[in-house]
Amino acid sequence: MSRRMKRDRWWRAPQSEPTDRGAAGSLERPPASMAEPGIAPNDPLLAYFSSAHSTVDLDTLDLDSPALEALRAEGTRLVVPLVSQGELIGLLRLGPRRSEQDYSHDDRKLLDDLAAHAAPAVRVAQLVRQQQAEIRDRERIEQELKVAQLIQQQFLPRELPDLPGWHVAAYYRPARAVGGDFYDFIELPDGKVGIVVGDVTDKGVPAALVMATTHTVLRGEALRLVAPGEVLKRANELLLDEMPPNMFVTCLYAVLDPTAGRLRFANAGHNLPNLRSEDGVTELRAAGMPLGLLPDMDYEEHEATLRPGDSLLLHSDGLAEAHSPDGEMFGFPRLAKLCGERDGGEALIDLLLAELASFTGQDWEQEDDITLVTLQRRAGVAVAEPVAEAATVTAAVADRVLDEFEVPSEIGAERAPAERVARAVAPLDLPASRMEQLKTAVAETIMNAVEHGNSGRPELPVAIRVTASETDLEVAITDQGGDRPIAESVDPDLEAKLTGEQGPRGWGLFLIRNMVDDLRISSDRLHHTVHLVMHLHDGNARRKVADDSE
Amino acid sequence: MTANEPKVAVRRRGDVAVLDIVGDIDRTADAPLQQAYDQAVTDGGQAVLLNFGEVGYINSTGIAVIVSLLARARKERRVISAYGLTEHYRHIFSITRLSDFIGIYQDEDTAMGSAGANGAPAARGGAQ
Repeated sequence: MSRRMKRDRWWRAPQSEPTDRGAAGSLERPPASMAEPGIAPNDPLLAYFSSAHSTVDLDTLDLDSPALEALRAEGTRLVVPLVSQGELIGLLRLGPRRSEQDYSHDDRKLLDDLAAHAAPAVRVAQLVRQQQAEIRDRERIEQELKVAQLIQQQFLPRELPDLPGWHVAAYYRPARAVGGDFYDFIELPDGKVGIVVGDVTDKGVPAALVMATTHTVLRGEALRLVAPGEVLKRANELLLDEMPPNMFVTCLYAVLDPTAGRLRFANAGHNLPNLRSEDGVTELRAAGMPLGLLPDMDYEEHEATLRPGDSLLLHSDGLAEAHSPDGEMFGFPRLAKLCGERDGGEALIDLLLAELASFTGQDWEQEDDITLVTLQRRAGVAVAEPVAEAATVTAAVADRVLDEFEVPSEIGAERAPAERVARAVAPLDLPASRMEQLKTAVAETIMNAVEHGNSGRPELPVAIRVTASETDLEVAITDQGGDRPIAESVDPDLEAKLTGEQGPRGWGLFLIRNMVDDLRISSDRLHHTVHLVMHLHDGNARRKVADDSE
Repeated sequence: MTANEPKVAVRRRGDVAVLDIVGDIDRTADAPLQQAYDQAVTDGGQAVLLNFGEVGYINSTGIAVIVSLLARARKERRVISAYGLTEHYRHIFSITRLSDFIGIYQDEDTAMGSAGANGAPAARGGAQ
């Protein structure tokens, strides 16, 4: 064939190099693929070739086709469509005969026969190549999964901490694609232990690498800083530079004092842990943004006490966000309810997994990693001192919510909600002066929220949440102005105000600061929350006694 | 006049104009207090004594209203004193340093008894 038709050429896959050995001037470049500009997908020529049953003489065609003109311009005379099972899979293109005679009937017949044989062979070759590429992809993915798993396993604790009077259990099951779950126990000074449960968004190797970095950063900071809120704040700053785009880490970090049963915790957007006690199952709440998203984040810190017999479950999304075949989510309420049905430990983990299995059904492919960590304070174990003290504090286990409500943004209506807060905290028996200070602080904070945070727009609510722990009373007041920074406050100076150097206003924040023991502001994209904290055991009184005795 | 604004009555006791305030001192208090002060000055009061005995609530805007009143009085070299503040608001007057410029007394008689030679209650500090 090459003797007679030197410029024949297989239609090739895109990687083909021109191997034109024929005379110059005709086919400079092979049409790389149907998808290439040479033949646009909507070019009528494509449809013509697809339905052609034999060799096509381009001179005889009358089509409004840019591809046809291009082929003619390149010197192509004949085109032999290669069609396999009704699909156009390639073209055989021929220039003019060397003898400059027209192609004969026999030539065309030969070409048609050739096409009939070549088309299935080309199709098979294409399929084989495609399959090989798929196998390579699959192997690469499997390899990546292995690497991700390896990284992840490397950073999961090899053994659980041995805490006298406590039972610790953990369960981890990666999803096939390996998410970025992790947990860790960090031995701290004074016999305390740091507990981490986290989840990196995304899956596979990138998630595993971020998880490894987070693990390392948290370990470093936990040993250096003690307060969980500070640890997360610092970790956030360090991770911010390392984090690939569109990734972040949710993480709960708690420090347990096993002797007293005290758990101080902060949360970077992770699922809330469930505390099971005599009073039922409560969620331990602490506000904070995920790590690695935004700079200068603050993390609320709270404290809960686990009494003998109490247990705590820390968990990742994999369980609560699993779906049933009908698309229903397992959900946090169901999880909380189940926590109430077992004392904790492996019994609770087994129950949760059994419930999950019956909820999702047999054909479920696990959607995300599942991590479960339980801490259980053994009942009836006498531990050194502070238990007696803890028992005398009335029912203060986790932060108790004393009241939670919203008010519309109405200027000049701050007194009623302040009075409501006062009624909510009445059981705490604050001294009268402290109560007055709290009312002023709450009223002023609501005024700021209404006028500045919500710009006086009545439809925007101000949310007020009153909680108490053993040691602190906290009123959290949230507005909807998270998209605007809080204005820097200038300390009011009365003399400057009297001479007119400062305006007469600007007392709000100053008053608030002077009325409470601690004032913190946390923000996310939508909200500012001002946390007013009053210590319930008056530190000042104690300090006074100490001064007097000197 | 808005519904909730405090009522301020002015009465003379010697050279002192006593402003009896009834209601909350917040943003609505500015006009009634300034008007009462105008009246006190027109009546020839040398000093102004604020009676907070019937005031249940003062907020930061109310503090600003009092600061404006005090600034005006100081410009006019008039002394302002006060009585009837609850312990909480005495504390607030203290931390804002208002009590450095406004004499704070337990009751009206004590305030009047502290009156100087010109009949004005003595202000502690500030009033040079």
